[in-house]
Amino acid sequence: MRLVVDLNRCQGYAQCAFLAPDVFTMHGEEALIYTPRAGEAQREQVARAVAACPVQAVTVDWADVPVAAEEAGGHGR
Amino acid sequence: MAADGAAEVFRRRGHAVVVGASLAGLRAAETLREEGFTGTLTMIGDEPRDPYDRPPLSKQVLLGRVPADGTELPRRRALDARWRLGVAAAGLDLAGRRVRLADGEEVAFDRLLIATGARARPWFRESEAALDGVFVLRTADDAARLTRRLAAGPRRVLVVGAGFTGSEIASACRERGLEVTVAERGPAPLVGALGGVVGAVAARLQRDHGVDLRCGVTVTALEGDLAGRLRRAHLSDGAALDVDVAVIGLGAIRNTEWLTGSGLAAGPRGVACDAGCRAFDVHGIVTDDVFVAGDVARSPHPLFGYQFLSLEHWGNAVAQAEVAAHNMISSGLDRRPHLWLPAFWSAQFGVNVKSVGVPPLGDELVVTQGALAENRFVAAYGFQGRFIAAVAFDQGRWLDFYRGLIESAAPFPPAFTNLDRRTDGTRPVPADFPDPSLPTHGPTVTLSGYSPSERRLRFTPAPA
Repeated sequence: MRLVVDLNRCQGYAQCAFLAPDVFTMHGEEALIYTPRAGEAQREQVARAVAACPVQAVTVDWADVPVAAEEAGGHGR
Repeated sequence: MAADGAAEVFRRRGHAVVVGASLAGLRAAETLREEGFTGTLTMIGDEPRDPYDRPPLSKQVLLGRVPADGTELPRRRALDARWRLGVAAAGLDLAGRRVRLADGEEVAFDRLLIATGARARPWFRESEAALDGVFVLRTADDAARLTRRLAAGPRRVLVVGAGFTGSEIASACRERGLEVTVAERGPAPLVGALGGVVGAVAARLQRDHGVDLRCGVTVTALEGDLAGRLRRAHLSDGAALDVDVAVIGLGAIRNTEWLTGSGLAAGPRGVACDAGCRAFDVHGIVTDDVFVAGDVARSPHPLFGYQFLSLEHWGNAVAQAEVAAHNMISSGLDRRPHLWLPAFWSAQFGVNVKSVGVPPLGDELVVTQGALAENRFVAAYGFQGRFIAAVAFDQGRWLDFYRGLIESAAPFPPAFTNLDRRTDGTRPVPADFPDPSLPTHGPTVTLSGYSPSERRLRFTPAPA
């Protein structure tokens, strides 16, 4: 899966770091460091973290394929 | 709800071409589909990669926690797009509505979105830029190369330029335990973006973390050995440093060269567009079918005196892309203005830096919460008696409050009392920005307050 955190929106509540410590960690008091590509093993953790974010700053795409490369093979309308 | 036939026909079966397959391009494409665009969608990108996120490159990636090719952006929805990746756009035929690609192919469009972003400004002397050990940091490939070199344990890294990218690189180097020198032409790091008062805090942070910070100097030459490896850097104060790695952090150049001669108002400052993201032509007349979003765009913002803002901000790329895409398939009063309040973040030396508004417009500053000496504060910026910006160091949660003050043009200095106000927060001081007429490589926000019609007489195409 892929994820991105809108760090303008993030206010450092650190819920994600509690719930999915393999993917989200606090760096200092307030800065968040996260792994943009997480594996299947983290799926449940990440789902909980996404749901728990008080400002809904995490966007997840559960798919894990290089979509553009796939579609680049002439696929289209 | 004037049912403009053209927009409706386009929405159903038009051909939308998006040039630039990074954050802005991707979010625009998603928005097109989200809002019911069922025509053909073509995505053109010069990098042979899925759209990926850049902010992690100078942070997680340099620290070795995330691989450089591991920051692909999540999709909000399926795009059903044709992808032309690994080939840059080389020209635009405005009248014929065609984009020419670097491989000679031409792609016809009904409506075009320009989201070609910016690239790292290279070291000015080509032979020195080519030395083994001289890097820039903008793309995933750049990050992969630099991370590999940092992991190999160079004796000393030189960072040229202490803007946000340079400062983040220096921070990552220190965290890796590497010796690092930062050379900055201005009086302090981040001074162009945040001013001298906050810049002084950034300088202290760097020094407290062991950075050899040298301000008021420029790098005059990079010297290699016979094998073409970087060995030494020469500074304008006469100093010479033995370095194995130099990272050039001198800001970005907007990717507009491909539009030279196209008739669009495109140049080194970006592509001028209206608040609805429609590109201006060189006469200052807005085009109907060409839209702009992201780092490459410059558009007027009512909150800031209708000055044209060029924002190299992640959040701007997303917000402007959404507005541009919406407007591509809308007409008349259904179109929306891009009224996003500038905001960005940076993480360096363990401190979370966040900003809302346009600090470089500020003439005065007051520390409204916390204290500069504690590296934990909110600095509010005022311009002609009203709130114009706020910058927080490890106090990000308050910025929404300040956003409201800026959006409502609240009086400055603030009359209210608030949490954690200290004595140095009672009287405004000059924000201490450098003279804007002096050359600089990189405030994050550049203001260039000319209306497109005024620019018509001054227009000079970008050098090829």
